[in-house]
Amino acid sequence: MILAVLAGFIAAFLLAFLGKFFKGRLSVLLGLLPLSIFNYFLYFFPYITEGKQLTFSYNWIPSLGINLDFRLDGLSMLFVMLITGIGALVFFYASAYLQGHKYLDRFYAYLSLFMGSMLGLVLADNILLIFVFWELTSVSSFFLIGFNNDNAESRKSALMAFAITGCGGFFLLASFVLIGSTADTYSIDSMRLATDLLKAEPGKYLTILVFLFIGAFSKSAQFPFHFWLPGAMKAPTPISAYLHSATMVKAGVYLLARFTPILGNHIYWNTTLACVGGFTMIYAAFHSIFRKDMKSILAYSTISALGICVFLLGLGTSHAMVALAAFLLVHGLYKAGLFLITGIVDHETGTRDIDKLGGLRKWFPLVAVAGLLAALSNAGVPLTFGFIGKDLIYEATLHMFGNLSYVLTGLAVLTNIFLLYAGFNTGIKPFIGAIPENLAKVSHHETLSPLLWLPPLLLGGTGIFFGVLPYIPDTLLISHAARSIYGTGIDAPLKIWHGFNLTLMLSAGTLVAGLLLFLRFQPKAMSAATEYWSHKISPHGLTEWIGVQTRLLAYNYTRIMQNGYLRTYVLTIAVFLTVLIGYRFFTTVDLRVNTSNFTDIRLFEFVSFAIMVIAIMMAVLTNSRLTAIVSISIIGYTICLIFVYYGAPDLAMTQFTIDTLTVVLFVLVLFRLPQYLNEANWKIKIRDGFISLTFGTLISLITLQALISPANKQISRFYADNAYLLAKGKNVVNVILVDFRGADTMVEIMVLTIAALGVYSLLKLNAKPTDKD
Amino acid sequence: MQSTILKTATNYLLPLLLMFSIFILLRGHYESGGGFVGGLIASIAFVLHSFAYGLESTKVLLKFPPLRFIPVGLLISFSAGIMPMFLGKPFMTGLWAENKLPVLGLVGSALLFDIGVFIVVIGVTLTILFTISESVSSE
Repeated sequence: MILAVLAGFIAAFLLAFLGKFFKGRLSVLLGLLPLSIFNYFLYFFPYITEGKQLTFSYNWIPSLGINLDFRLDGLSMLFVMLITGIGALVFFYASAYLQGHKYLDRFYAYLSLFMGSMLGLVLADNILLIFVFWELTSVSSFFLIGFNNDNAESRKSALMAFAITGCGGFFLLASFVLIGSTADTYSIDSMRLATDLLKAEPGKYLTILVFLFIGAFSKSAQFPFHFWLPGAMKAPTPISAYLHSATMVKAGVYLLARFTPILGNHIYWNTTLACVGGFTMIYAAFHSIFRKDMKSILAYSTISALGICVFLLGLGTSHAMVALAAFLLVHGLYKAGLFLITGIVDHETGTRDIDKLGGLRKWFPLVAVAGLLAALSNAGVPLTFGFIGKDLIYEATLHMFGNLSYVLTGLAVLTNIFLLYAGFNTGIKPFIGAIPENLAKVSHHETLSPLLWLPPLLLGGTGIFFGVLPYIPDTLLISHAARSIYGTGIDAPLKIWHGFNLTLMLSAGTLVAGLLLFLRFQPKAMSAATEYWSHKISPHGLTEWIGVQTRLLAYNYTRIMQNGYLRTYVLTIAVFLTVLIGYRFFTTVDLRVNTSNFTDIRLFEFVSFAIMVIAIMMAVLTNSRLTAIVSISIIGYTICLIFVYYGAPDLAMTQFTIDTLTVVLFVLVLFRLPQYLNEANWKIKIRDGFISLTFGTLISLITLQALISPANKQISRFYADNAYLLAKGKNVVNVILVDFRGADTMVEIMVLTIAALGVYSLLKLNAKPTDKD
Repeated sequence: MQSTILKTATNYLLPLLLMFSIFILLRGHYESGGGFVGGLIASIAFVLHSFAYGLESTKVLLKFPPLRFIPVGLLISFSAGIMPMFLGKPFMTGLWAENKLPVLGLVGSALLFDIGVFIVVIGVTLTILFTISESVSSE
């Protein structure tokens, strides 16, 4: 099991080294990875159909309660099938689609990484583990959207998608931590028993919900976070098919479904989901009919489909859960198919504008068949699986109580009419009619590689197969997935024929209305001004505005705080510390100075002190930089003396050598330093003097205060007592450094290394550009 | 800056300082000292040499560029850290030889770790100082 989940990561890692072997035709072989995982999971079907769930546990960080716990139930199985099944097709397809691309190996590495993360996400039982995989899907999605990294639009879209889903991830983490601490467990399985505990405090429950929803909605592109998804279509089409329609965007739906038995069945939960999902599905479906770019149409219809999923979760009835499970499968099949077809059209003709396309059935008859199948399934024509999916949705809305059911059903019908239009526009329109003149000149392959046309045809064929024999997907996947979400078994087998009832009438009505729309409706383009303003006040425009402002703020902040002058840094640090510590010190600490413990001042102490004061005066008053440096080193050496008096020979030795080296360093760079500032105007002198005095006074006060506070000797006593017993050393300081806190020292020498590398690279490797100046 | 006095003194001081730095390194576990201070003292010895004879001759004396010392030291320290893991003990557990050796006394993985620190410190200090001094003199 763990191997199946981690296979994607291992493959991605290996591709980093072996990538060059898979750049050419051999890349087809990589498709065997998802295919074999798919086959591996087929083996578990007997357990799932018996209604069991399988648990696999591996130790990871037991001390933190995070284990690699994986659980396979009906819902996970449905997603695993989608991920690996569609994944295998996309892997094969991409090998032909991106043939000869210079970064093909990278592409497969990202894709494997994504597949692994997605599998982990739907199989993990520990919510912290879910979070880790959740973030990994965002990261791999970022790489994949920005795959054409020489395109500025592509990079921008990748950043946007990452910013939105990343922000959502933060909220999700907050929600998970709250859930975990309230339920006192991080395992989803045991959380089912804590559902009352989670709902006990309305305030807390609401906070959990809000955070969870923001996380899930941002990932699943629900309004108002939907806008990153059309942008994500900048990715190569196989990616859009895989990540942004069939799998990743459904992660949010998966999460909500997963938490339905735990947090669901509450008015807050159901109302929010139904409202947000309902609005998203109608809003995005309406948008989709105005689009001309095939991918853009598909992006909006995907958002709408995700809205339907969330909406069904919000309804919360047993019918809705069956409808959801079926719709997830239906949508995965036809939407991935439509995307792959769009990819072929784009690949061969160089355009995705539906107004410029037509008659392609003459060139690619098999692709036309696949497009027809996908569009019919999307439309919900009888004998396709989409018909059953749509029926179930209407069943679910009709089974709601009272007048609400009419409103919801109307909403669902309207959405489906728009979606039908969108599906016909992408799956059928490019293939019918005559080939436009401009298009006829475009050179194209006479015969397509089967790697291109077979995957969408398979997807379309599966849609018909499931539609004709609905009990197969039902008994294998749908009913078990629905049970996982709903909690108890549901007795509602999928059927092709329900008799003449309202549902059938609605389905027929949807088909007719959609067809009429497709034949009659020609959307007009928006005027430039409307487009400008609608973008400006849309969530998309607002987010871009926030992004620009953030960058401006960062720029100004850096310009002021990090201007490259050492004196400004020192000044900033001193002022900041003085204000911060001073505030805390004077507001909370009862200031007392107890002189009774002080010993008499001995002569050598007085002499050292006198030397130090003289050296300080010299450093401040001198006009020569060399004198200032020497004076400062005198202060350093005198401090060494004080360490020696008070029994810290290790410290004294280190301070002494460091001081020596500092002086050497100063002398080396002496001639390159800017003009000595002591001559500068008196205002700066007074300012610096004031800040130094305040800072010094504050430190002295803190030291005096620290003297009278009772010190906790427990730790130092432990080290003193155990240095010889445990570490066989007598020098406690050194024993701490190399033994007790050896790992710290290890990190510290790494820090030193980084400092040395920094100096070296700044001065050595950067020397050439400065030479030119 | 070429001074005969400095050169002659360096001829005696360099080996003395290096021996002293090793002495400081080895006694660290029982008396004041340790790899960090030892490394600094050794660096000072080389800096002194570079003052007396010039940077180029110090580089010849060192045979390897100081940057090369750093990974060696890190590797030694790290291997001292993971050694106990081969015996099934946690990372950085102290291991000790059964019997005392002449002169050195009891030897353990902590000493190996300290030697690594010693080498890293020499590498870091000399890299920084030499790089800066070269970039200054090149202009």
